[in-house]
Amino acid sequence: MSSYKIIDHEYDVIVLGAGGSGLRAAVGLSEAGLKTACISKVFPTRSHTSAAQGGISASLGNMGEDDWRWHMYDTVKGADWLGDQDSIEYLCKEAPAAVIELEKYGVPFSRTDDGKIYQRPFGGMTKNYGNGIVQRTCAAADRTGHAILHTLYGQALKHNTEFFIEYFALDLLMKDGECKGLIAWNLNDGTIHRFRAHSTIIATGGYGKAYYSATSAHTCTGDGNAMVLRAGLPLQDMEFVQFHPTGIYGHGTLISEGVRGEGGYLVNSKGERFMERYAPKAKDLASRDVVSRSMSIEINEGRGVGKEQDHVHLHLSHLDKSIIESRLPGITEAARLFANVDVTKEPIPVVPTVHYNMGGIPTNYKAEVLTGNDSETVPGLMAIGEAACVSVHGANRLGSNSLIDLVVFGRAAAKRAAEIVKPGTPHENIGETETEKCLERFDKLRNSNGENSTAELRLSMQKTMQSKCAVFRTEKTLKEGVDDIRKAYDGMGSISVKDKSLVFNTDLVETLEYDNLIRQAITTVDSAYNRQESRGAHAREDFPKRDDEKFMQHTVAWCNGRDTKIDYRPVTKTTLTNEVQYFPPQERVY
Amino acid sequence: MVQINLPKNSEVQKGKYYQDKTGSKNIRKVNVYRWDPSDGENPRVDTYEVDMDNCPSKVLDILNKIKNEIDPSLAYRRSCAHGVCGSCAMNMDGKNGLACTKPHSEIDGDINIYPLPHLKVKKDLIGDLSGLYKQYQSIEPWLKTNTKVETTEIIQSKKDREKLDGAYECIMCACCSTSCPSYWWNGDKYLGPAVLLQAYRWIVDSRDDERKERLKKVADELKLYRCHTIMNCTNACPKGLNPAKAIAELKKMLATS
Repeated sequence: MSSYKIIDHEYDVIVLGAGGSGLRAAVGLSEAGLKTACISKVFPTRSHTSAAQGGISASLGNMGEDDWRWHMYDTVKGADWLGDQDSIEYLCKEAPAAVIELEKYGVPFSRTDDGKIYQRPFGGMTKNYGNGIVQRTCAAADRTGHAILHTLYGQALKHNTEFFIEYFALDLLMKDGECKGLIAWNLNDGTIHRFRAHSTIIATGGYGKAYYSATSAHTCTGDGNAMVLRAGLPLQDMEFVQFHPTGIYGHGTLISEGVRGEGGYLVNSKGERFMERYAPKAKDLASRDVVSRSMSIEINEGRGVGKEQDHVHLHLSHLDKSIIESRLPGITEAARLFANVDVTKEPIPVVPTVHYNMGGIPTNYKAEVLTGNDSETVPGLMAIGEAACVSVHGANRLGSNSLIDLVVFGRAAAKRAAEIVKPGTPHENIGETETEKCLERFDKLRNSNGENSTAELRLSMQKTMQSKCAVFRTEKTLKEGVDDIRKAYDGMGSISVKDKSLVFNTDLVETLEYDNLIRQAITTVDSAYNRQESRGAHAREDFPKRDDEKFMQHTVAWCNGRDTKIDYRPVTKTTLTNEVQYFPPQERVY
Repeated sequence: MVQINLPKNSEVQKGKYYQDKTGSKNIRKVNVYRWDPSDGENPRVDTYEVDMDNCPSKVLDILNKIKNEIDPSLAYRRSCAHGVCGSCAMNMDGKNGLACTKPHSEIDGDINIYPLPHLKVKKDLIGDLSGLYKQYQSIEPWLKTNTKVETTEIIQSKKDREKLDGAYECIMCACCSTSCPSYWWNGDKYLGPAVLLQAYRWIVDSRDDERKERLKKVADELKLYRCHTIMNCTNACPKGLNPAKAIAELKKMLATS
């Protein structure tokens, strides 16, 4: 592809993505004296971390006794025993220090009467191993993600991190199973850039936009996940897609779990607080998969509200006005803008909405990417944040465990890279084959003149995922999903890109994003089809029970486009240290 | 008398007209600024007839509809779609705002959509914000504290924390700065409302130990005092913040210190 001018860069480490995890990693890398580049398709503060509302979990114990082991138990249980307990121990033990660090960076946390960080109750967060509710979720009103993201960007500026902003990453540079960097397209001037690095850290977030109705941003297309698939590496546990119980009906905007944490509750058409029936102890603060399923059952059995009886109501008008004003101002604004609702007077219409991907790039607790073969790692490649599957969230993530995941593993990745990479190590030569292969795909899509618009194909993919791979799944719907999603894939053979330019060609960007999304959609539905049990967010009506004997294993899935290969690897059943014992599987009730 | 003309290449021309193909009875005309740096042509305004029967309520929904169904080459930034990321800031019906939160029902007649004013345009509705980002870095937006305590948070009273309300929520969309005439003329030297609001945010943070140095740094004829209290900023803010008040507070602090 001689027609493309290639600009070469050499760094010790590169970070792809500038959300919470990418920025935290970049800060740590810069502190360690490594020459670091942070590459992002959007300006850092536009990243989707900004949309996180409710808070960040850590057993600080500011609002009553707490213990990281309780947090660990809750996370293991929330994950429905699909999480790796060594990683979960690491997450929960490191969490308090990570939040204190954020506060020192300047995050404007809400405060208690004695000036400490305010913590609120959240779904699945309990004291003393499931005995009562604990206040563990540290909050900056209901704009915690925004506050953390902007603060981390400030820290990155402080450390003079080099940013490459509005660069769209195309593919990883692989050589003999090792990652040597990546290739990206600079949207600002249309040039192609080749970044060489001894370590490449993927922090590209989730792929919520594979679904029709999601709280995710337009940019949540899992680009890093797809780059990993194209590099011949697997993704893990992709069937586990979290539906957030409270997306605004019809629009999908997130309404924080913090609303229920502050005392809000769900009501069906009969005016019943139905969660009392499904989760007698935790009620509206059961974990998200449980609440979303309960809502779906209410709706399916004819107790939904509205003309179509297809959603339920979230009440918070009984809360003290000052609490709504000081702790929930963001969702008040969102409800007004997108549901035309005054939350001090009326309930918010809500429906389970795609929100988070537990699955992603398999890593160990040091953020090193795994090959899928036992605990073997891919030299030069790391993954963090929602893109990664460490796995701390297993089959279902607890609310506020994602922000803490970002900073704990962002920091872990920087630490590990600093151990492995010596600053200034020269880069070995690599051939042009990888670059040519990458640019061939790029050029082919750019010059495609077929009959199918990207938007049509994307819509067909999104509708398929939404109807065939949703809260409840069966053999039949999944089989249809497996077939239909391939029709959307085949449509790419005759795709059309109208804009042929190279500067801010958002037509081509969306097409490349579609190419990324469809591979992950195929991997997701195939993984779901093969898991014949119900666990966490994966609820099979035809296999309603959890099957630990057969399926207490991670799905690992390779996808070369149309075809997938599905395999399984064991869940880690040991802890990292003897400060805590392994939590064996139990029945999961809230 | 001297004739003052615009440079030839900046004259905005009449563009293409995209007629409705759906047969809808409920059509609105949407005029959108277009410019592509790659084709050497002048900027133009294209007109799209959009079927409003099948269009959700916000201006961003219209743009998405145009891009998905009529003209995929239209370029604009968008991400979160609910007013927290600040990507889709643009000028709609003559007023700056976020396309994702601006209801099109609030606009009478044809809908005119332009990039944020007085920025270099990169393409279509995408403006160049790199100058503003550099200014943001210049105010050193990070906490400077001498605290030695490592294992616990810095104590901050509820009252002190409240001082950050109305400032920390800024999403850096630049609607305010690009609506400010002072920033239009002196955007290279005057920091503008968005960045001054952030300067204020760190100055009033009780945990920060360099309040004085920060104040001294912004106390500059051009950086700060180019604000002439025009108030366009506060009028434009899609988050309901009041940068003009923060700037006034900064001036007051300097006058009384």
